[in-house]
Amino acid sequence: MLTTPLFLAEEAGETAQNPLLPAPYDIIWSSVIFVVLLLVFWKVVLPRVQALLDERAAAIEGGIKKAEEAQAEAAAALESYNTQLAEARAEAARIKDQARADAARIEADLKARANEEAERITAQAHQRIEAERQAAFSSLKTEVGSLALDLSEKVVGESMDDARSAAIVERFLADLEREGANR
Amino acid sequence: MLASAANEPEPFHPPSIAEFFPQVFLFMEPTVAWLGSEEPIFGINRIMLIRILAALAIILIFVLGTRKMKLVPTRGQSIVELGLGFVRDGIVYDLLGEKDGRRFLPIITTIFFMVLAMNITGIIPFLNIAGTSVIGVPLVLAIVSYIAFIYAGVKKHPGAFFKNSLFPSGVPWPLYIIVTPIEFVSTFVLRPVTLTLRLMMNLFVGHLLLVLFFAATHFFFFSAGGLFTLFGVGTLAFGFAFTVFEILVAVLQAYVFAILTTVYIQLALAEEH
Repeated sequence: MLTTPLFLAEEAGETAQNPLLPAPYDIIWSSVIFVVLLLVFWKVVLPRVQALLDERAAAIEGGIKKAEEAQAEAAAALESYNTQLAEARAEAARIKDQARADAARIEADLKARANEEAERITAQAHQRIEAERQAAFSSLKTEVGSLALDLSEKVVGESMDDARSAAIVERFLADLEREGANR
Repeated sequence: MLASAANEPEPFHPPSIAEFFPQVFLFMEPTVAWLGSEEPIFGINRIMLIRILAALAIILIFVLGTRKMKLVPTRGQSIVELGLGFVRDGIVYDLLGEKDGRRFLPIITTIFFMVLAMNITGIIPFLNIAGTSVIGVPLVLAIVSYIAFIYAGVKKHPGAFFKNSLFPSGVPWPLYIIVTPIEFVSTFVLRPVTLTLRLMMNLFVGHLLLVLFFAATHFFFFSAGGLFTLFGVGTLAFGFAFTVFEILVAVLQAYVFAILTTVYIQLALAEEH
């Protein structure tokens, strides 16, 4: 009873077919289709996909590399700025030191010159004072001598001859000088 | 009994094995003597036509789908890449690694998409039969898988592959009397047989079930009538459920065939068995 449909079906088909036994055309067409599909995947589809995957990987890697390069560039720029800044600072410090040294030198110069000038002025003053003292002394010597003679003439009441008076004045002045020295 | 019970003009059409062997309508010549009868060598019947259509669909989808590929994929390209990527990363590279996987990728990709496309014709309206439900495709692909894993093993371990397979190391030698025949049968006989039958029988029975449900629905609705119409509602619901189930079976069997082939290659490449 169960097999009835199959027997009925057999009349419709050509012969009773065992589904486990392949017909020759079945094998042939299955093989042909497999080979065609294999070639399509192997030679066309998969190489295209592989190329795309490689390209995509390269693009990603390229992006990463570009970013790394940019970063390295930025780091280098920073480094150079820092170096320049350090150089500028060193330069400034150097200039400041130089200026300070110059200032010290100029100050010392000026001080030395001022001292010199002062000494010179002092020396001059001394000389002038000495000269004036000498002049005063000699004029005083003459005037005091004649004054004293005049006075003594008046006191003595008689004129003294020149030679004698000169000797007296000389002696007096020498005494005076000795006293001045002792004092 | 069912046939005789139908006194309406339209009797119940039960599913039959003849559906898997429709009339050859093209290239009936030349023929060849085959299992006691003359069979056309290049005969084209409805199922061969369905297979060719499925193959053309694959070629169209993948050749056009990969024609102008962009780094940033469009929607269509994403789907094609998803399908190829599933086989590449999910099956082949996952099991074989990228180095060995690249060699076997074309074969396994072809197996997966060929089986998938020919499975799915079982539920496509007007085609309604899976190209893999006739033994040719499962058998040819099982032979491909068989050759592939033996090639992989012999290439990797020249001279030692069959010894490694049949005489696993670490087994005391008297046990080889039992182990070696078992290994031989399981590796070199049962693998291709189970690959073939698992795929073919799943789709074969799936087709018979769908035919049964829809033929019964037709019979209950239009020939039996009356209260039998209620049965028809039931069989239609089952038919619908099994159609959805067949989608699952189609994808699952394609995956199973591809992953088993990959596993066989992986075992053949492995150092020790």
